[in-house]
Amino acid sequence: MLSNAILQVGLFIGLVTVISVPLGLYMARVFADQGTFLDPVLKPVERAVYRLCGVDPEVEMEWPQYAIAMLLFSLVGMLALYGFERLQQLLPLNPQHLGPLAPDLAFNTAASFTTNTNWQAYAGETTMSYLTQMMGLAYHNFVSAATGIAVAIAVIRGFVRRTSRTIGNFWVDLTRAILWVLMPLCVVLALLLVWQGVPQNFNPYVHAKTLEGGIQVIAEGPVASQEIIKELGTNGGGFFNANSAHPYENPTPLTDLIELVAIFAIGAALTHTFGRMAGDWRQGAALYVVMTILFLAGASTAIWAEQHGNPNFTKMGISQTATATQSGGNMEGKEVRFGIVDSALWATVTTDTSCGAVNSMHDSYTPLGGFIPLLNMQIGEIIFGGVGSGLFGMLVMAVLSVFIAGLMVGRTPEYLGKKIEAREMKLAMLYVLIFPAVILLPAGIAIVTKAGLAGITNPGPHGFSQVLYAFSEAGANNGSAFAGLNANTPFYNWTLASSMLLGRFMMMIPALAMAGSLAGKKAVPPSAGTFPTNGSAFVILLIGVILIVAALTFFPADALGPIVEHFAMLNGKLY
Amino acid sequence: MRNLKTAVMMTIVLTILTGLVYPLVIAGIAQALFPLQANGSLIERNGQVVGSSLIGQDFSGPAYFHSRPSAAGDKGYDASASGGSNLGPTNKTLIEAVKSRLKDVLEENPGITASQVPIDIVTSSGSGLDPEISLAAAQIQIARVARARGLSEDRVRDLVEQATRGRWGGILGEPGVNVLQLNIALDNIAPIPQKSGVKTANAAGS
Repeated sequence: MLSNAILQVGLFIGLVTVISVPLGLYMARVFADQGTFLDPVLKPVERAVYRLCGVDPEVEMEWPQYAIAMLLFSLVGMLALYGFERLQQLLPLNPQHLGPLAPDLAFNTAASFTTNTNWQAYAGETTMSYLTQMMGLAYHNFVSAATGIAVAIAVIRGFVRRTSRTIGNFWVDLTRAILWVLMPLCVVLALLLVWQGVPQNFNPYVHAKTLEGGIQVIAEGPVASQEIIKELGTNGGGFFNANSAHPYENPTPLTDLIELVAIFAIGAALTHTFGRMAGDWRQGAALYVVMTILFLAGASTAIWAEQHGNPNFTKMGISQTATATQSGGNMEGKEVRFGIVDSALWATVTTDTSCGAVNSMHDSYTPLGGFIPLLNMQIGEIIFGGVGSGLFGMLVMAVLSVFIAGLMVGRTPEYLGKKIEAREMKLAMLYVLIFPAVILLPAGIAIVTKAGLAGITNPGPHGFSQVLYAFSEAGANNGSAFAGLNANTPFYNWTLASSMLLGRFMMMIPALAMAGSLAGKKAVPPSAGTFPTNGSAFVILLIGVILIVAALTFFPADALGPIVEHFAMLNGKLY
Repeated sequence: MRNLKTAVMMTIVLTILTGLVYPLVIAGIAQALFPLQANGSLIERNGQVVGSSLIGQDFSGPAYFHSRPSAAGDKGYDASASGGSNLGPTNKTLIEAVKSRLKDVLEENPGITASQVPIDIVTSSGSGLDPEISLAAAQIQIARVARARGLSEDRVRDLVEQATRGRWGGILGEPGVNVLQLNIALDNIAPIPQKSGVKTANAAGS
């Protein structure tokens, strides 16, 4: 059991490591337009896109222009999705004749997919037509991921350019992220998923006559094309309600591994893109090591907690010990084919990143097993993170770390040869403070209002965890859930949508502003007093800063949820 | 203003590319290369679709292996309303449900003790459509099914082994037994005596 867990986790992170280096270096070439093997096919498409849209790829933008283009594009896309949701009954590819979404749910979902959150207050198979899934939701899976990558690349340019006013062209970065990075990977991997059993059709739902004579209605659809971009773009919005626990979304342990690697791949690769663009691969590798250590800590804790199981079941005499013939552990909300290891591993991976797809139901996890996903989101989705947003989030933490190191030795902090001064620190602090504000304030409101309390479905401390989890995922743009929470109400639809929008854009803007400010600076040559940011001392400091910031901010709230529940469970207390 | 026009055009062009061309191309290739999987891995018997090898089904009669409890839809195994119970680990409702399922399993399978009952057969899955049960969960049902079908336990054990999927590549995931495929194999070699067949037909339904 233990050896298999180590083997599976080791194989997974090994694959991510092996893939991330070439992918990261490839992305560095793509965004510097240095030529790749796909150019003969994609260059004509790229030129056509620019011609149709009136983009001059030679013109670069200063950071405010870059931010405005990004915001306008997100706004238009959000309105388009809202339109698809409200009008789907009039549009084609709706064999189940699903009706329009209510305005609050349509708004919540539009905000959710535009912000790369993919929180779902609806069940896919009973709510969304095939057309809405494809042109509304899967579209945003691509563009919200591409937007994140674009902003990350712009932020890296800010760090590595010298005395430059501009940080790139948003439209060009967006287009290249889709055409050169997301689309080719999706085509190959989607077909692998179909081979393993993920459907890709436009049939009406199948009516099967079961062996015992009943009728089973089986939902169908173009699942594979949406499934893979949902993982690769760290979006997480499932085609079906059960998300990647659904056997049609994730039929075998092999698809599980493919999807898991896809979730980490781009976030991991971007650290190497950063290293290459910074001209020192160890700068990127240091961030990669920090992320990997935090990932391993989370995964091992979650697997341990879930394998340990629920003492309330042990009392009944049921076997929760892993043997050759069963996985053991806490199997409520988990699939047999994934057992404990693949489920807890997925729960860690999907919350280290801002993915939020689930292959098991986090709401039914043991208190400590469910605490890891919660904590991962509260750390700010920087352990590989959302594609793009994970990297610039980690860079903000790196700036914070060199600032603290600078305070210790009484010297102006530097990062990549750039002096970190008052303006950058103010923006970094803004970034760090907006995050808990959009989580803890509305969560606090929810637990003292009738409308908020009405959504809770698990009594006792677990109910508080449900609410805290919902706002943590919204602010962190994750989208996974303690899904028992009855969140399809006007109260939760509006408040969670606000947290998602603020948690996305109010954090991207300070990051871009910091990039703009740094881009204009001269580089100072390193001296004997420079704190090196590519070695083990920096790795340890950065991990410390990340954990301290998260603990100081969220520990009081977490203590009332999962931590109280853990001790209650050990004492056999039920609610 | 120029930015807004570009934003609108970009949205339109990328919607067509990622929302229409891409899924249609995947569907075209998938239908050509893997038509069975692309259409949902459906299983037909005598020209009638009886289910999908990937989607679990509810079984209640003694002559069939039973699937895990399911929270999908009102009656379970509703493949148009997937989902888990989302009950927390300290929720009385969950603990009571498991207790009563354990009682049922022990009653249906005389001679089995609680310590032989694996956790998966008394807990509901994340999707509510789990097509599999653990090997241990199949083993505790062998005696019951063999008796109801008039088969030897060894014969049934062979069928269970044939329906067992090991870890992928010996490493990934957990082994499992596909319940629908196992029950179809049983029906093929030893149809249920008519009386109990009628009874189970009435008990089923979704």
